[in-house]
Amino acid sequence: MTRREAANRRRGILLMAPTVLALGTLTVYPGVWVVWLSLQHRHPIFGVSRFAGLDNYTFLAVDSRFSSAAVTTFVFTVTSVALEVVLGVTAALAIHAQQGGRRVALSLLLLAWAMPAVVTAKLFEWLYHPTAGLLNVALGGHALNWLGDPRLALPAVVLADVWRTMPFVAVLCYARLLAIPAELYEAAQVDGAGRLATLVRITLPMLGRILLVAILFRTLDALRAFDLMFVLTGGGPAGTTETITVYAYRALFQTLQLGFGSALGVVVFALVMAVAWAYLRLLRTSTVTA
Amino acid sequence: MRRGARTVADALVLAALVSYAIPFFWQLLTSFKPEAELLRVPPLLPNQLTLAHYRAVVEKSLMPQALANSFGIATLTTLLALALGIPGAYAVARLPLPGKRFLLLAIVASTAFPQIATVSPLYLLMRALELRDTWSGLVLVHTSFALPLTIWLLAGFIREIPIEAEEAASVDGAGLPGLFRWVVIPLLAPGLAATALLTFLFSWNEFLFAYTFTVSEASRTIPVALALFPGVFEVPWGDIAAASMLASLPPVLIVVGLQRFLVRGLVAGAVKE
Repeated sequence: MTRREAANRRRGILLMAPTVLALGTLTVYPGVWVVWLSLQHRHPIFGVSRFAGLDNYTFLAVDSRFSSAAVTTFVFTVTSVALEVVLGVTAALAIHAQQGGRRVALSLLLLAWAMPAVVTAKLFEWLYHPTAGLLNVALGGHALNWLGDPRLALPAVVLADVWRTMPFVAVLCYARLLAIPAELYEAAQVDGAGRLATLVRITLPMLGRILLVAILFRTLDALRAFDLMFVLTGGGPAGTTETITVYAYRALFQTLQLGFGSALGVVVFALVMAVAWAYLRLLRTSTVTA
Repeated sequence: MRRGARTVADALVLAALVSYAIPFFWQLLTSFKPEAELLRVPPLLPNQLTLAHYRAVVEKSLMPQALANSFGIATLTTLLALALGIPGAYAVARLPLPGKRFLLLAIVASTAFPQIATVSPLYLLMRALELRDTWSGLVLVHTSFALPLTIWLLAGFIREIPIEAEEAASVDGAGLPGLFRWVVIPLLAPGLAATALLTFLFSWNEFLFAYTFTVSEASRTIPVALALFPGVFEVPWGDIAAASMLASLPPVLIVVGLQRFLVRGLVAGAVKE
């Protein structure tokens, strides 16, 4: 190793040290601690704190509230990500086709994405108001109780989530569309390809890779979604909008089961990592061109 | 004729996007509606507009304090994340590091880290360090959560800086501080702005940690105050609408005024290897 290399190595360690320290104390250490917590029975109000082994995890197998939360998480993730992708690509294509006013168009779209999820929850709570809500008025004066009816609550939460996060997918696709070389389109025109053929054979394949990335990001976000359902429905009615994350939070801070709640948190963590890993493998092996 | 058709198409797209933003505009309108007309829909438009809800929120609620808390915490989080992230990102982008591959993997993995997984130990940690209900506590957890993405984005932007500029500075005998002061930071400015905006927005919008680690108005941020907005006998829809508009003000200003940087940051986060 030359002197210069050694110096650079020292510099690297020096520059990285604060980050490693910060992430070590506030992410890695709690990340290990949570596993330890999940192996215990801890109920601070009763002064209970003892080692439980895998009890908290084996209980999940027979816990119907957990299986219901798992199904809700799955349905929420799949439907909201699917809708976001379809709407996001449509919005991106529409904005890209515009001659003028693209900036205004992006502003209108990003508005929904940039504000706090708690604000989104308040916006939709008001839209869903049974008598004075704009949605019921628009539907012709029905008094549908969107957030109180167990059949409607999850779709209502999905709708609010799609509204909030579709712009993210749209912006990524739009940026990709801008980067498609004009020659490709000119060549297609020379070949006499129609609009539909151009869309199917050029535009959509070019979006392939960025779409996969957008779907990955959105899936990971949806799996750990919390703010929207916690504020909008609190997991109700009758637990129909309770995701694993909301269940975990309520176990931790409402019924104060520190051990069991931590186990649920670990499950969410494992789920997110498993999906990310499987997805990245898929991305690597797929032959999508971009 | 062809041009006319294009203008019509443009107008249609804009109209569709305006209706997409209706949930926001409807809340904006609600925030100016007189109390008596709130629950009477239709008509959609009120007879007159009022500032009563804003006055109530500013004078009688804890919102002004929450706005100040959010502004302080998000600003400090952004500054701290950049102070840690710029050197870290430079090391990742340009310097040899022991275990670099593992470190990069850890950084990427932690951008996907679910908050719910660490909220219980962090709660115990905050309690033990007496950081509950303080600005410092939230700044620390927000920074640790934002840092992986900050580094990821900045490392990408640093790789775009021509290496010759840095080499020239080293030849001139500039030390590490000089290199950052005169070369890296000036050339990084647009990327720095994009990263700062995303970090600020993350901290401003964050709810789970803020809700868990705050107890009183001393540190409650705006999403928490909004989620806990009190109603005595009935839900104060007008006041809530006004409070939501105040909570969305910085994000809206960023989207409208600094859109270029925001989009740049968003896209960079997704396309870098």
